[in-house]
Amino acid sequence: MRLAAEKLSGERGGEPVFSGLSFSLESGQALLVTGPNGAGKSTLLRIVAGLLPPAAGRVELSGAGESIPDARAASHYLGHSNGMKGALGVEENLAFWREFLGQPRLTPHEALEAVGLGAIAHLPFGYLSTGQRRRAAIARLLVSYRPVWLLDEPTAGLDRRAEQRMAELMREHLDGGGIIVAATHLPLGLEGAQELRMGKPS
Amino acid sequence: MLALFLREIRLGVRAGSGALTGVLFFLAVVAVIPFGVGPDLNLLARIGPAILWIGALLASLLGLDRLFQADREDGSLDLLLMADSRHMLALTVFTKCVAHWTIGVLPLVLVAPMLGLFMNVPPLGLAAATLTLLAGTPAITFIGAVGAALTVVLPRGGLLVSVLILPLTIPVLIFGVAASRGAVADTDLFLPPFLILTALTLFFAVIGPVAAALALKGAAD
Repeated sequence: MRLAAEKLSGERGGEPVFSGLSFSLESGQALLVTGPNGAGKSTLLRIVAGLLPPAAGRVELSGAGESIPDARAASHYLGHSNGMKGALGVEENLAFWREFLGQPRLTPHEALEAVGLGAIAHLPFGYLSTGQRRRAAIARLLVSYRPVWLLDEPTAGLDRRAEQRMAELMREHLDGGGIIVAATHLPLGLEGAQELRMGKPS
Repeated sequence: MLALFLREIRLGVRAGSGALTGVLFFLAVVAVIPFGVGPDLNLLARIGPAILWIGALLASLLGLDRLFQADREDGSLDLLLMADSRHMLALTVFTKCVAHWTIGVLPLVLVAPMLGLFMNVPPLGLAAATLTLLAGTPAITFIGAVGAALTVVLPRGGLLVSVLILPLTIPVLIFGVAASRGAVADTDLFLPPFLILTALTLFFAVIGPVAAALALKGAAD
């Protein structure tokens, strides 16, 4: 499987944010996107996720099988918001996404154990702290399988232990032949990852 | 899709108030009419079905602006959009509409016969008004989904949604009231307007979700 971007340009509200970006990732490789605030890291991830149209260039995914036509269908997107409902229980939230996203992997309970939230699976999501919410959102990546993970500052708000746990989960995903594109300011503990340094906003 | 439907229903029940607000608003609209019109029982009976329809129409517009906005705020909308290749987005929108109708509008239909008593509507008229509401209000939700999708990026699009979609709901109102009047009046017919009303609902059940899905795709940022 190969995920590639070719001379990608992105804009926000008509203003160009970056242009001429290219990268290419094979199965088992990760890309760290770094750069100052406003450099277009989130925009890049949203374009790869198919949530924003690119201003120029294209994103291509090949060799992922027939059921997965494009990068959008192959990706888990973990944005700044967690995509969970505060009024529903943590486990209920995950059970919904597992069912809706398809290709189930871990059960919600196993996924919560994996991120260290097994004891509070029954609580409404709205009662959790910022870090716990983030961990529950990370558990969503585990309940349903997607070969590509697009992570926008995945470890924001996490404590040291949870950061290490996240690094382990990402390494497991890469070892299983997955691809990770992560925008981050913090070191994620991924050795051998490519780095894409985005320039200053003009 | 069943999972999405159940989630929406659960959210509606847990978060509460949505259905109750609509019902109370409906009650308020219908309850003040007799005071405004005066104690002419024949007049009230004649305009009763129309007032029920206007009240239900306005009450069902209330929660519509939150249809997609809540999902956008917590990031779920991105994930629903990305799942497009597995669950066609129009189908996702359709499911959300059906769930919204069940939680927010069906209670209005259920209380309509009781509110009709305020207006001295005869039993046959009550039955006709309730039946036409049952057949016609889904159309309002499907039209509303388009407005909700168009205004999803606006932080306070609530009133705008109502203003945008109100003109489109006028045919539903006209045929709904015509059918309920046809059931009691000797000179009017019940079946033709009722069938047109049903056709409107079926028509918008297809057009609404498709248009809303297009609007949502265009609104991504």
